[in-house]
Amino acid sequence: MQFDSLSAFLEMGGYGFFVWLAFGVTLGAMILLVVQSSLDTKHLEKEIKDTHARKARMRAAAKEGL
Amino acid sequence: MWKWFSQYAKPEKAYQLCGTLFRWFWLPSLLLILVGTVWGLVFAPQDYQQGDSFRIIYIHVPSALLSMSAYVAMAVAALVGLVWQWRTAYMAMIAIAPVGAVMTFIALFTGAAWGKPMWGTWWIWDARLTSQLILLFLYLGVIALYSAFDDKQQGGKAAGIMALVGVVNIPIIHYSVEWWNTLHQGATITKFDKPSIAPEMLWPLLINLLGFALFVAAVSIKRMRNEIVRREIHRPWIKSLFLENEK
Repeated sequence: MQFDSLSAFLEMGGYGFFVWLAFGVTLGAMILLVVQSSLDTKHLEKEIKDTHARKARMRAAAKEGL
Repeated sequence: MWKWFSQYAKPEKAYQLCGTLFRWFWLPSLLLILVGTVWGLVFAPQDYQQGDSFRIIYIHVPSALLSMSAYVAMAVAALVGLVWQWRTAYMAMIAIAPVGAVMTFIALFTGAAWGKPMWGTWWIWDARLTSQLILLFLYLGVIALYSAFDDKQQGGKAAGIMALVGVVNIPIIHYSVEWWNTLHQGATITKFDKPSIAPEMLWPLLINLLGFALFVAAVSIKRMRNEIVRREIHRPWIKSLFLENEK
């Protein structure tokens, strides 16, 4: 352990602002990338299911209509 | 061997492989990054010249190295697409590009946040920084070119050529600190000599390096799966895959 207290850890020997800025933005960028990728998966899944449901409805409607 | 390998030119096979690989890479990557970062921030000793500001190295070096490795991987995918015309090759290329772009951004940003207290400036137009910025533009160019085409096979070809031409930038980035006078310090671990860093500082760096590598691989694989589904969305195998999951 290199730091005596939590405040010393946060201060980073006077470089706290720069160290936490770098680590914070890195974490944020990585989280955004992962979230965007998972949302894309969910979106595609929904698109497939919606298309399938719409086609099923159209088939059912065609059957009734005729 | 070649026959075994080339079965992954088929999207369906590639999709299955991606699913398996993602499970192997994802959790270990998070675990390694957590261990490496906590070790680097809390337990690694201070640098005798740079004090605690040097701790930025634990994300700066891995992201910078991975931004270049990801580019090479992307260019290899582009080459496979152009030469052997695998359907899956351009999907891999375009899956890697945004991940590499994020790594490049992180390398540039953490470099700026490290440069300000150490060099007195956020940014300077020197060889290492400028060539790394060009790397970011190359990634963005590949993404933009690919999305500019409606025919994704054509878009892949155009973006693939751009990715291949851009490979020339990789050795320029690596050797820029030797070829030109620069503010940027020389290589710490990527050289044939002994690493110029103490072992108790080196270990967390190596752990984070591996963690970032697995992270880049895992996210690229996830995006590759998305890309396969997007391109194959009207094929029967995709339909049966997703609609069976429902039940």
